[in-house]
Amino acid sequence: MKSFTQKAIDKYGGNKTRLMDILIAIQSEFGHISRESVSQIATELHMSEVDVEQTISFYHFFTLEKTGKYSIYLNNSVVANMMGREEVAKAFEQEAGIKFGHITPDGLIGLYETSCIGMNDQEPAAIINNQVFTKLTPFRVKEIVRDIKDGKDVNDMFSASYGDGANRNVLVRSVVTNNIRKIGPILDPEYKVGEAIKKIIKLKPEEVIHEIKNSNIRGRGGAGFPTGLKWEFCRNAQGDKRYIFCNADEGEPGTFKDRVILTELPRLLFEGMVVAGYAVGAEEGILYIRYEYKYLEEYLENILQAARDKNYLGNDILGKKGFNFDIRVQFGAGAYVCGEESALIESAEGKRGEPRDRPPFPVEKGYLNQPTVVNNVETLCAVVKVILHGGEWYRSFGTSESTGTKLLSVSGDCKYAGVYEVAWGFSVNDILDMVGANPKKIIAVQVGGPSGSLIAQNEFSRILGYEDLATGGSLIIFDNTHDLLTEVVLNFTEFFIDESCGSCSTCRILPTILKNKLEKILNARGVMKDIDDMEEWGQILKASRCGLGQTAANPILTSIKNFRHLYEEKIQKSKDYDTGFDLSKAVFEACEVTHRLPNI
Amino acid sequence: MSKPIVATTSLAGCFGCHMSVLDIDERILDLIHLVEFDKSPINDIKHFTRKCDIGLIEGGCCNSENVHVLKDFRENCKILISVGECAIMGGLPAMRNGIPIRECLEEAYLNGPSVKESNQIKIIPNDPELPIMLDKVYPCHEVVKIDYHLPGCPPRADLIWDALVALITGDELKLPYEVIKYD
Repeated sequence: MKSFTQKAIDKYGGNKTRLMDILIAIQSEFGHISRESVSQIATELHMSEVDVEQTISFYHFFTLEKTGKYSIYLNNSVVANMMGREEVAKAFEQEAGIKFGHITPDGLIGLYETSCIGMNDQEPAAIINNQVFTKLTPFRVKEIVRDIKDGKDVNDMFSASYGDGANRNVLVRSVVTNNIRKIGPILDPEYKVGEAIKKIIKLKPEEVIHEIKNSNIRGRGGAGFPTGLKWEFCRNAQGDKRYIFCNADEGEPGTFKDRVILTELPRLLFEGMVVAGYAVGAEEGILYIRYEYKYLEEYLENILQAARDKNYLGNDILGKKGFNFDIRVQFGAGAYVCGEESALIESAEGKRGEPRDRPPFPVEKGYLNQPTVVNNVETLCAVVKVILHGGEWYRSFGTSESTGTKLLSVSGDCKYAGVYEVAWGFSVNDILDMVGANPKKIIAVQVGGPSGSLIAQNEFSRILGYEDLATGGSLIIFDNTHDLLTEVVLNFTEFFIDESCGSCSTCRILPTILKNKLEKILNARGVMKDIDDMEEWGQILKASRCGLGQTAANPILTSIKNFRHLYEEKIQKSKDYDTGFDLSKAVFEACEVTHRLPNI
Repeated sequence: MSKPIVATTSLAGCFGCHMSVLDIDERILDLIHLVEFDKSPINDIKHFTRKCDIGLIEGGCCNSENVHVLKDFRENCKILISVGECAIMGGLPAMRNGIPIRECLEEAYLNGPSVKESNQIKIIPNDPELPIMLDKVYPCHEVVKIDYHLPGCPPRADLIWDALVALITGDELKLPYEVIKYD
């Protein structure tokens, strides 16, 4: 273990900003990061042990305790539950003979829960030793556990055929499917690699930025900041070096379109990063990609190498003197908050993914304190098309405020879950019609994931776009068979509790208090004041530092706003005050320990 | 007008807050002119003899008896005041809240260095007469409705005095910095 750790440290030049990569290597090799490794890393990187430990403890996929030889991470998102996760989880527990959160006595199998892994259109899904298994059934679980007990390699455990498109690529070999349902200018398969690079090297960087500004394209991650402006700020900022980050963290439950782009159109994405690099004056691009997509690593590295071979990356790109740009892949290790750009940068520097105070913004002081652009995967793909066809062409799609197209990740109660590329400006009703959802039965749509809003039928006529319903592209559809408060709102609130980085007291504490209130209402102990309290207290979260904290009450706030009757049905009408305290519950454990009857 | 009736109790507290009540010194004579006391450790009345106006609660709830007493106070007092850190937040007793009650009891009666040898029969006290420990220490407002909170550990005598007088006379409570300064 000592020599492997040393090798991992040496591979990254003993550079402590590459701590994530070192830890990922050790975790993958040994299934945990031992105390000895921690002190070895600390010594070699000239850090304190607690600094190493605090990074480890921050990420879901790093552990100080040993995990199983086969670590099974079963997704516990809303849609997974809708698609039969409970049966699958039971089957895993039964076959492995352990509960979730434990490993078998022989150390073979570890069962863990994990947040949305970007497979909402093919749930229930699990990650086993970095390979993704989708559409699980209790029968399939039996097969998998049998294969594990036979000692099969995880790559040899797929019994069905591989997924569609590049999922079949020899370097991917995954059962994941793309489910591309509708293509548009971005998902257009006719794309020719390198045309945009050939075009920009004839232009000045300022002209490239001008064209992007002309297209009015705004960030596709959800916040919608104008891309051209971001590039310009970065270009004009003081700094020795500049960096282009592609944000492929895609942690918002219900979103999976970036996974499809990374699978089908990675060259388009990389070309977009090159364009951004040229425009901004950066020489290094970093693709920050969530750990859940680790199965794409070899494939992506291979494509990057091919791009270097063709001089799309490297020095003096396509003969343009002084135009140097290269891309490296940086994996995360399981943290939703790392999708926030400053947290993502912190993480890429090898630290806990805690959002920074702003200003300064990343365009001024980002990665290694240098001017940095962080763009979403989809944004970087779109800019290539803008360069090829012009800003005016791009504006011909969508609305005046929201130009272009948007990739939607659609899942839940509909016939055709998957990825759709549509122009901005369609209503939710249009989308429901397109994806084969029965409009009479649909009672709610979660727009933009847990941080977005849960809307009811009366809002289905609203328009997707920055001017009305802004969204990073996740749409989860619920029909009338679901108990929204238990299945959706509670699940999302628990998600926010799990994913809080703990920096701001608002986001560390309030979601738990709100969840307790919600559970009190679900347990029929709620009163009207609880609903009012939740509405009022939810506002306090707006004081949090980052988007995660600011939106952590959204599942509760938007469901109270749009589905207030569901709350009011459950509260006690005869009381106006109830603490919800239950004495028999409170004494239960002590009675057990002392073998007493609760004579209360 | 008859005098307002005050009741007090100490739940999972240290009686420090009651000491602080006595710390109002000679003003206790004024207090007797202002109020009457019912159930309270100060006069050793064990049970409520009538409905009261103000209940002062020291300490949070760590066992079933605390809960019963607190509920009894809620039923018999028009206004309930959480007095001091333990009643408001759980205080020092709540330091056990991070540890499961099973571990606490086993450490206290079975495994602790002072009991390991002496408790040969390995028994955790379980007489039915004993109150049952709660899974954690609860602040009072998580058990019943509390109307006011007087902070401090203990709240200064001046704060208790001023608060009571303000409540009884209906005057505004003045909270000068010195009275709520704790360091």
